[in-house]
Amino acid sequence: MTAPQVELKNMTKRFGANLALNNVSLLIRSGTVHALLGENGAGKSTLVKCLVGFYHPDDGHIQVDGREHRLNSPKDADALGIGMVYQHFTLVPSMTVAQNLVVSGARLPAYINWQSELKRLAEVTKKLPFHVPLDVRVSQLSAGEKQKAEIVKQLYLGRKLLILDEPTSVLTPAEADEVLGYVRSLTRAGELSAVLISHKFHEVRRYADDVTVLRRGASVRTGAVANLSDDALAEAMIGEPVSKAVQHAPKLPPKSNIVLSMKQVSVNGDNGLPAVKDLSLEVREGEIVGIAGVSGNGQLELVETLMGQRDRSGAIAVSGVAFNGTRREIARLGVYGLPQEPLKNACIDRMSLAENLALRNFDRAPLCRGIAMNYGALTEQAAKLVKQFRVKAPGLTASMSALSGGNVQRAVLARELTQNVRLLIASNPTFGLDFVACEETYRRIVEARNGGAAVLLISEDLDELLGLVDRILVMSAGRIVHEVSADGADKRVIGKYMAGMKAA
Amino acid sequence: MSSISGVESVPSGQPRTAAQLSVALPVLAVLLASAVFAAFVALYGQNPFTVFGLIVQGGFGSSFAWQDTLSRAAPLILVGLAVAIPAQAGLVIIGGEGALVLGGLAGAVVTLPFAGAHAFPMQVTMLAAGALAGGLWFGLAAVLRQYRGVNETISSLLLSYIGIAIFHHLTEGLLRDPASLDKPSTHPIDPSYMLPMLPGVGVHAGLAVSLALAIIAHVVLRYTRWGFGLRVVGGSARVARMVGLAVNRWVIGATFVAGGMAGVAGAIEVAAVQGTANSSLIVGYGYSGILVAFLARHQPLAIVAVALLIGGMQASASLLQRRLELPDATMLVFQGLIFVCVLVADAIAQQLRENTRR
Repeated sequence: MTAPQVELKNMTKRFGANLALNNVSLLIRSGTVHALLGENGAGKSTLVKCLVGFYHPDDGHIQVDGREHRLNSPKDADALGIGMVYQHFTLVPSMTVAQNLVVSGARLPAYINWQSELKRLAEVTKKLPFHVPLDVRVSQLSAGEKQKAEIVKQLYLGRKLLILDEPTSVLTPAEADEVLGYVRSLTRAGELSAVLISHKFHEVRRYADDVTVLRRGASVRTGAVANLSDDALAEAMIGEPVSKAVQHAPKLPPKSNIVLSMKQVSVNGDNGLPAVKDLSLEVREGEIVGIAGVSGNGQLELVETLMGQRDRSGAIAVSGVAFNGTRREIARLGVYGLPQEPLKNACIDRMSLAENLALRNFDRAPLCRGIAMNYGALTEQAAKLVKQFRVKAPGLTASMSALSGGNVQRAVLARELTQNVRLLIASNPTFGLDFVACEETYRRIVEARNGGAAVLLISEDLDELLGLVDRILVMSAGRIVHEVSADGADKRVIGKYMAGMKAA
Repeated sequence: MSSISGVESVPSGQPRTAAQLSVALPVLAVLLASAVFAAFVALYGQNPFTVFGLIVQGGFGSSFAWQDTLSRAAPLILVGLAVAIPAQAGLVIIGGEGALVLGGLAGAVVTLPFAGAHAFPMQVTMLAAGALAGGLWFGLAAVLRQYRGVNETISSLLLSYIGIAIFHHLTEGLLRDPASLDKPSTHPIDPSYMLPMLPGVGVHAGLAVSLALAIIAHVVLRYTRWGFGLRVVGGSARVARMVGLAVNRWVIGATFVAGGMAGVAGAIEVAAVQGTANSSLIVGYGYSGILVAFLARHQPLAIVAVALLIGGMQASASLLQRRLELPDATMLVFQGLIFVCVLVADAIAQQLRENTRR
């Protein structure tokens, strides 16, 4: 069996009212690497999940080598030789590479003849241009070695179409070169076809033959990489400005008082590698500063640091006072936040709506005298906030998970914005919200700004940023690489910086 | 995180079905365990109804039985609290036995240099020393968890064994009273320092201390900002950090207090029953406390009731042995069955909750 040609035709997939894929067609030519570009939520994952039989498209079909197939489950995809390498590893850390490879087979014999299996493995790994140690436990491998082992696993399983979902996001550039270079050489040799999901333009340019750009569930651009300039790709990815989502309150010239000041802040990510590098920025009173960037460039770590959830080096000051996120500092300096996925990141699921509304001030009068809680006052406050922000809930004692996403957001807005806010950190605050809840979130953020608060808005949605902010900083690989006033902002220039390109 | 800890959000009043479920499931679990236990004693050739009758009689049938039950309930309440308090913060700590024996040892030796002092300050000193020793021992598990990522359930259990070993090492060595021949013990405390009997009940004052601590725990967890903060920390460490709570301090503090409860239990056993620290302290109260807390859904007042029940069951063991010649371990079997059934019920409740959510 040689590299298959796979064609997806008119794929459509809805999740409730949300159109995740809108009539997307894609041709993966035999022996090529086909790149998928697009922002988060553009539909890349949905598309490939249809291809591995995890989702069933509402419409459209899949052809492999000209024959139509229905993929009812990942087993069907496996039978066709379609396999996926995930962004995060799927190897068992406590087992050796060899053991992992052997047990990954769909049908294991009751008795495993390790000698013959190891011989078979050695034949697979002999042909590799790099070394993968077979008898070392996976937990002792570096990220790059693990990713290579993942690819070896797919080859060992006889997969002929590899889907690589941001395979290099956890790798160093040298490791990424090795891994993708190998996939490239296999496709050139006609042994594989591959789909490469990536955010990085230079990867696409170097390792892919064809590229398709997805935006809001639709395929907006497709063709040979060689025929498309970076400009064209960036433009397709970001899209033309839609009608501005928010009517700005007339902008006031920002006051001169600096509210948030970060100086040479460095933060490590979960993997222990630097995620934010020597970052300095300032936000002034009455100003919304936006941070644009492709996800995974340190924005999440930056937000968590500002929220006091991460250790860091470097200085953070609010209104000139050093800030470390203690409860006293938060109340005194007025630092509040709107995290993404508020149910998970800003609410306690097993506490009631009324209690969640009190998370910011439960230990202060009138909710608390001395150490005694006043649940009457707590309920009263909750009733007031629910009315003021029109939170729809089964009751004040309902648990947060009984509320819809928009109403969870309203509850968080009510809790955070009714404090004495002087600095507001908002991180993808409208992610996953419906139109009405988005509008309301925008309005409340602008109101907070007009009330004199400094706002730092982190978003992956460039339209959202351009509609709201006064100044944009572009973050890439943990640093601020570009700064521009929102009035003079050019989406294409911003897009290039977001994609990690140096010169404008 | 704490899928098996089963902490309910107290004043928030979950939707009614969930609240009913949290009462109904433990009751069902006890009934199921009783049925299996009945089959077990039937296999032994005994009539299950006779056995259950004797359990009631031996635990609650006479004033003597009540005295035995109540004096067993006193430490059970405290070790139950030692499991329930960290559970509010999302921790499953099961090392109560180690904290109990170390608390008992600390209580037994702290007053030895001060013979002939006033009794009351010495009694307070003994309980405080027990609390401190137990608190520090539990605190270790919390420090390991917060700063080194060590699972607190496993570390607390292992620390419990280490604590017991230290206890043996000291009571059989450095701190041993040479006069204690067959049962190595510390020097006996001044008899005037022993906790008095509660008037009219025939049970030592340790019971009153336990009840008072259970009520305090109930009030603090339910009606103060400490209880509220602890539930925030237990609900989500991420969100707790976002609102500025120092999660490490909360977790370690709550665990320290919990260990203190177990330590006081040990000190009470010394100051009210044994008069000295010896291996009679190591009778498994710490492990029974886990059962008490889980069966009581980690609610302090429910812990008092469940501790009475389990205390009564343990008190009846000798009667079963005498009358029916059932082995000593029969009650352990019953306790174990209840525990398994409670854990299964918890798992099922969790499943139901998640299913209704989807």
